[in-house]
Amino acid sequence: MNTSHSIVRVVGVTRAFRMGKIDVQALKGVDLTIEAGEYLSIMGPSGSGKSTLFNMIGGLDKPTTGKVFIDEVDISQLDAYELAWLRNRKIGYIFQTFNLIPVMSALENVTLPMIFSGMASDTASDKGIELLKLVGLGDRFQHKPPELSGGQQQRVAIARALANDPAIILADEPTGNLDSSTGEEIITLLQMLSRERQVTIISATHDYKMLNVSDRVVWIRDGRIDKIEDREELSISVGTISEKGN
Amino acid sequence: MSEPSASPGSRDRIARQIILPWSKSLEITIKNLRVRFFRSLITVSSLVLAVSFLAFVLVNTDIARGILAAGGDEAVRILTRAGFEIDTATGTIVTGAKERWVVILSLVVCTVGIVNAQLMSVTERFREIGIMKCLGALDRIILRLFLMEAAIQGGAGALAGALLGLLFSLLQNFFRFGTIALTALPPLEVALSLTLAVITGCFLSVLGVLYPAALAARMKPVDVMKSEY
Repeated sequence: MNTSHSIVRVVGVTRAFRMGKIDVQALKGVDLTIEAGEYLSIMGPSGSGKSTLFNMIGGLDKPTTGKVFIDEVDISQLDAYELAWLRNRKIGYIFQTFNLIPVMSALENVTLPMIFSGMASDTASDKGIELLKLVGLGDRFQHKPPELSGGQQQRVAIARALANDPAIILADEPTGNLDSSTGEEIITLLQMLSRERQVTIISATHDYKMLNVSDRVVWIRDGRIDKIEDREELSISVGTISEKGN
Repeated sequence: MSEPSASPGSRDRIARQIILPWSKSLEITIKNLRVRFFRSLITVSSLVLAVSFLAFVLVNTDIARGILAAGGDEAVRILTRAGFEIDTATGTIVTGAKERWVVILSLVVCTVGIVNAQLMSVTERFREIGIMKCLGALDRIILRLFLMEAAIQGGAGALAGALLGLLFSLLQNFFRFGTIALTALPPLEVALSLTLAVITGCFLSVLGVLYPAALAARMKPVDVMKSEY
């Protein structure tokens, strides 16, 4: 990591949710800096605050205290229009359940964010086809999501996430609904994108296969960062995990 | 490090940067209607019935006026026997208060039915709305899609209802009064009544979708991240 440009900065973030009459602290003070072009995985058991942190980084949720900077812009200062703009241009989302719009074809799904950004219909179509080719679905752009397999749907979702050349791709359990070999294909695709297109990829995951390709892994426990591991340290711990698995 | 947060002046610029052209909105709306055709049919059915009832009552009055204008004393006798109230002083048909209330009530019931059906339809599409918001859709884009859909549904439903009401009115009056019902028919007034019925129908359809659409537009995109839906 020789670039000093940080794409996401999380500074002293806490987040409290009100459940009935008690306040639940989902995050209890998190500091994290994510460099541009990095492939970062956020790991942690469910209920650890992982999803909350993840939503915060994605501009989908605002911190109770503390600040989240995306590309050096404090998201708590943004209004609804600016947040929509941020979601449209700066961030691409990939979900566990693919979340394509079922009534639209693969190509229409991919072009929708470009249409929102004001791109002309023809240009958007051309770029959509190009992106679908990039993810290996060049011949299937007229198919509707229900006619595609899980892996293919996730590829469409990845193409859609890339639509407006975002700086960040947020992937929430991208392999969670896929079988092991399809999951691996998706991970390889994400890795390729992070290397070739210099996109920052941030993923929340339970999948240990994701760790092999990550530059860094952030472990969350009880609303705090438990530890941050670089790739070098990681290969050792992943080794032990896979040994345990076998 | 400084904090170059977006300046307030950039707000207008950004607002204009997220758009959905009218042609594209229409395309999406029509696609939605086609895919959910059966669902739209159910949403619209109460509107068709209420508007046809309204058109039926209005056209009945028009026909009675036509007969009255054409027939003199004889007309007054048969119209009174058929149950029309005639103001003998001015020689015009009086719309009964009871009749008015039944029509208004049917329109109110129909609007409540539309609100109910549209709430269901919004709930079904929560995920889709959330996805669109994650992709950068503004509240007003969501709102516009739902309003356009309701306007198209309302227009088609109200037109069908008005024609149905006209047909029933013509049939009933033909069997009640004979050919005079058709010959004395004032075309301009009938056209006006049908237009009124269609406009009322469109208005009620859009009125009925306002609350559900506002609910959809205000939905937070974070909700789509929860996979329970």
